[in-house]
Order: sequence, then structure tokens, then C-alpha cells
Amino acid sequence: MTYHNPPTPPRKSATFDDASLAEIRRAAATGIYDIRGGGTKKKLPHFDDLSFLGASMSRYPLEGYRERCDTSVTLGTRFAAKPLHLKIPITIAGMSFGALSGPAKEALGRGATLSGTSTTTGDGGMTDEERGHSDLLVYQYLPSRYGMNPADLRRADAIEIVIGQGAKPGGGGMLLGQKISDRVAEMRTLPKGIDQRSACRHPDWTGPDDLEIKILELREITDWEKPIYIKVGGSRPYYDTALAVKAGADVVVVDGMQGGTAATQDVFIENVGQPTLACIRPAVKALQDLGMHRKVQLVVSGGIRNGADVAKALALGADAVSIGTAALVAIGDNDPKWEREYNALGTTAGAYDDWHEGKDPAGITTQDPELAARLDPVAAGRRLANYLKVMTLEAQTIARACGHNHLHNLEPEDLCALTIEAAAMAQVPLAGTDWIPGKTGL
Amino acid sequence: MPYFDLSETPLRELNRALHAIAPGANDREFEVANPRGSHAVAVGCQAPVAVTIKGSVGYYCAGMNSAATITVHGSAGPGVAENMMSGTVIVEGDASQYAGATGRGGLLVIKGNAASRCGISMKGIDIVVHGDIGHMSAFMGQSGHLVVLGNAGDALGDSLYEAKLFVRGTVKSLGADCVEKEMRPEHHAVLAALLEKAGVTGVETTEFKRYGSARKLYNFNIDNADAY
Ligand SMILES: Cc1cc2nc3c(=O)[nH]c(=O)nc-3n(C[C@H](O)[C@H](O)[C@H](O)COP(=O)(O)O)c2cc1C
Repeated sequence: MTYHNPPTPPRKSATFDDASLAEIRRAAATGIYDIRGGGTKKKLPHFDDLSFLGASMSRYPLEGYRERCDTSVTLGTRFAAKPLHLKIPITIAGMSFGALSGPAKEALGRGATLSGTSTTTGDGGMTDEERGHSDLLVYQYLPSRYGMNPADLRRADAIEIVIGQGAKPGGGGMLLGQKISDRVAEMRTLPKGIDQRSACRHPDWTGPDDLEIKILELREITDWEKPIYIKVGGSRPYYDTALAVKAGADVVVVDGMQGGTAATQDVFIENVGQPTLACIRPAVKALQDLGMHRKVQLVVSGGIRNGADVAKALALGADAVSIGTAALVAIGDNDPKWEREYNALGTTAGAYDDWHEGKDPAGITTQDPELAARLDPVAAGRRLANYLKVMTLEAQTIARACGHNHLHNLEPEDLCALTIEAAAMAQVPLAGTDWIPGKTGL
Repeated sequence: MPYFDLSETPLRELNRALHAIAPGANDREFEVANPRGSHAVAVGCQAPVAVTIKGSVGYYCAGMNSAATITVHGSAGPGVAENMMSGTVIVEGDASQYAGATGRGGLLVIKGNAASRCGISMKGIDIVVHGDIGHMSAFMGQSGHLVVLGNAGDALGDSLYEAKLFVRGTVKSLGADCVEKEMRPEHHAVLAALLEKAGVTGVETTEFKRYGSARKLYNFNIDNADAY
């Protein structure tokens, strides 16, 4: 008797899903890994997995439109003679001129200035447009030291030593030849049109002990005026934060795995680092263990999208947050109005991530003068300011509902977690229980 | 002449005084005694002053120097003259790792030997080492000149961009994408000028070999993956 196999409906594998299959084919056809911009695309435990409890019998809420809820924050109070006074606890993260166009950098500066907050340079140095349009500008000190010079160091308002980024802890920078225009090449002292891979390690120090001396040098050069931040990728947040404090940082920036990048290998973005949610409590604990919480400020970034995310990060103990991707979207990145052009590039609005190719229809992640001219820096700056205002109002709405007259008064006790993973990572109880996984005796 | 004895005066006062020099000021010769390995001595200078340091210094001496002439009568710790913009830094003794790292201009002269990673990521600085240099020197060097009268260690010029390297002695090994290149008349001329500026006498440019980038790694090519 012959075996008869009745037909079954086609079923795709969850392991070999469409994206995995497509990547195998792409790798086989091209022989090179995929490079792209943005952050991880897989679903990770995130701020959405937390919920605020709000006020109740035992907690008194504040009146929505009448009672004040302060949003200000001062960064750099530990050693710097001139700390940064921000009106809102949301800063614009470091994104390089080179990755972004001149008008895009200008727009970020304008938006931040309108909102009373700071923006940050990036790999590749400081441009005059950016300095001119940013009231408060943080100058990144990166392994590549492209464009690094003491005059820019002095005209910065703060210095951010970049050890790592959440999208690629342990990775260096990448700017492919297509984006090395004359101006970018000149700023970086490199030939035009070559692929430029920035180093992943600083050239003149290796560990936290050397870093302490490097910070001394930077402080001496800038006469102890400027706050010095240390930015780390979300990798070992407890120890990295503790070592940053030991090395003498005024501010620690912890960038989680969802953080965006201008261009990195997809395998790196998707498979290295810890989710932002998992980084905050260990970083706060390190500060608390050293008696430095609120004395050394903690800035958290990686996947911050709205005022609820801001409120949650602050409730978990951060002093401020920083945004990259969301700021780009606010100024026009991936806007559906360019859908036809995204289609021509083989993608769709919301999924466009080949920022390294320099063909951005929105004129943001490009060095092509015609495309860059599409972005009006004044209007785009206004959009960013609007967005920052909405985020701030949203965070205030939540804080008032929890009974707080300052965003910094938000507490872990204001939160519950909707999943076990989030409960474990954020160290707040799973909703409906008093259970925090990993904590005994509760 | 302003005189700072670092065994009595805090480092801050020295650097503050150096930063406060007004254009046209008369006091342009500083002497620093008893550095005793202090870090960040005479960093961030911006005026054409002469700073004479009597003794050995720690990390980052003369860091980010612009315009000043700084002489160390002793040896220098890691990162001497790092990110120098212009001016001259002279080390009479030896220099530790990363001498002249990321320097963008000016002249660094090391009369003794320099340790590993001399001229790492150099971006326009000229470095002349009378003795030997350690491994991984001129790593990712982008621009400027590194002249070595002695020998070079392993992996010289690894991932080199456009910095030009001249070595009189032996090179233990070359790094990825660094190759020996022909010494043409213009290279002899550049080298002769550098030797003169650095006070080197009795040495012919014909005794040197030139090394530079093969430029094979400038644009990613999967068939070069073994080199990475
Ligand atoms: C286009 C782009 C360029 C970036 N360039 C830099 C950079 O030069 N230096 C750096 O430290 N981080 C850089 N980042 C990372 C951001 O500073 C920040 O850590 C990240 O964007 C935060 O996550 P988010 O994008 O989810 O807000 C870049 C990010 C983007 C999206």
C-alpha cells in the first residue's frame, strides 16, 4: 500500500521567518553583511510594559491646569563651575554632522534652544551652524577624534566622552564613502569618498584609571568650567556607572539597546547590548551605592518616544533622558509624504533605514546638497520644539496624576509592570502582585 | 620669568597662568620645576610662549598645545602632545605610549625612544623620534609625518590613511595596508626639512625608507576580509 500524504495548508517556520530567509538570500547574493541605521527592530521589554498606578485613597493628585509641576534639571553639579540648567529633562542626543546634513543639525539646535534644552555634536566635530543655533551645546569627545580641537572644546557648554552607544556597545563608527563630501572630508582630515570607519577605542587611554587622568586633562584645558559627561552603551550598567563616577564624571549617559545609530552592521544592532529598561535600575543602584544619586546626574536614552517614556525613565531614577531617532522623526525623517520616493528606494515610509547611503528623501541623513535643501531648518526646528513641548506636557500630566510637583519626584513605587520580564528588569512589582522577580523576601 | 615649583604650587595655578596670557604680554618664558611625573602639565596652551619643564612628566603633558614651545628636560608619560594643533614640543628623554596621538599640527621631537602607538590617529602633526618606536605606531594615521631615526616595532602603520612614515632603521613588521614606497625627490625634500627643524645633523635622507598606505582598504571589499 502506498503512503498517501493528504495536502496541508502551507505553514512558514517561526525560526526561519521571512526576514531570516531574506537575509540568508541577501548574504548569499552579496557576500557582505547588512549595514543600516536606526535601532533594534525586534520587540524587547520596554517602557510600554510598565504602567503608572496614579493617585488613590492614599495618594493625593495635583490639579491638572492649576498646580505647578516643575520640569527643570541641572546637569553637571559635581565639579563643573558652569553646570547646564535645562528647562526640560529631555536632551537631544549626539548625532554627527556627516551622518546628518548641515540643515538637520541646525534644526536640532533650533528646536533644542526653543525648548530650553541642550543638543549634542557627534563623530566628525562641531559645525558653526550648530554652535550658532544651539544655546547649549554638548561636544562629544570620541575615539576617532575627527575634527577634535581645543577651540571647539572651549566653545562647548559641556563635554561628553563617548565610550559606547547602545546600538553597538564595543563598536566604532561608520560613514561610508557616499557621504564623505568635501566638507565632511575636510573636517575629518580624510580623503574624499573613502569608507571611514572610526575607531572603537580611544587612542590615548585604555581603562578607567587612565580615563580619570584624561578627565583631569580635559578639565585643566577648559579651566574646570564645563560639565564632563561619560556616555556608555547598555552593556554593564552597574559597573560602567560606578567606574564613570570613579573616573570623575559629572554626568553619566546610559544608552540602551534600542538606541539608534547612523550606520552599523544589522547583526550588531540586533544582538549586542541590554534593553534600555534593564539598564536604568542597575545604573541608579550604582549611584545610590556610592552616595552619588542626584549628585552625578544620570541621562538615559534608547527608544524614548513620548512623555510616558520620559516619566517612566525618571520614575526609575534617571535625571533626564535623551532622544535621537524621535528627534529625527519630529523634523521629518521617514515622513509618509515622501512615500513615492521611499518606494523608488525599495522601501516604505517608517522602514527607511539605509541612512548610510546618503539618499534620504527627507534631506536629513544625507550630504547631497539638493536633498539637504529640502529641509527647512527653521520650520523643522519649530516642529522639534512642538514635539518636545508635547512630551513635557505628557510627562507632567502623569506626574500630577501621581501627586508630584516635580518630574523628579516620580518614584519606582508609582509603577507596576505588565509582564514578568519588565517586572524583573525595571524591578517594580508585576501588576496585581507584590512580586518583583529576582528579589527575595518581598 | 614666571616660575612654578610644582612641589609647592598646585598644577591648576600653572595651567591657569598659561591660559591667561594676554596677547602682547611680556612674560613669555615659563619655567616649571619639580614636575615629578605630574599629569596634564602645560595643557591647552594657546599663546606663543616657551615652557621649560625641569624633570619628567606624567600623562598628557602639552596636550592640545597651540603655538607654545614646550620642552621637557626628562621623560614624558603617555599621550605627550596629544591632539597638538601647532607649536613645538621637545622631549629630551623617552616618551611613553601614544606620543602625539591624534595631533593635527606642530612638531613633536622625541630625543630618546617612543613606546607603542606613537602617532596613533595622527591628523597632520609632524613627529621626529631620534631613537626607536614601539608597536602599532601611526595606527590609522590620517595625515602628517612620522620620522624615526632608529627602528620601528610590529605593525607599523596599520590601517594607515595618508600619513607619511620615514624609518631609518629596521621595521619589525608592517600593519594591514601599509607598504614600502619609493622615495621620490619631493620626499627627500620634505624629510630633509623635517630633520633640520628637529635639529638632527649628520644623517642623510638616503638612509631612510618611506612607508605609506596601499589604499586597498579604503572602500570595503569582501575579498579583502582576511586583512581585517
Ligand atoms: C543618525 C544618528 C547618528 C548618531 N550619531 C552618534 C554619534 O555621532 N555619537 C554618539 O555617541 N551617538 C550617536 N548616535 C546615537 C545617539 O546619540 C543616541 O544614543 C541614540 O539615538 C538614542 O536612542 P534613540 O535613537 O532611540 O533615541 C546617533 C544616532 C542616530 C540616530
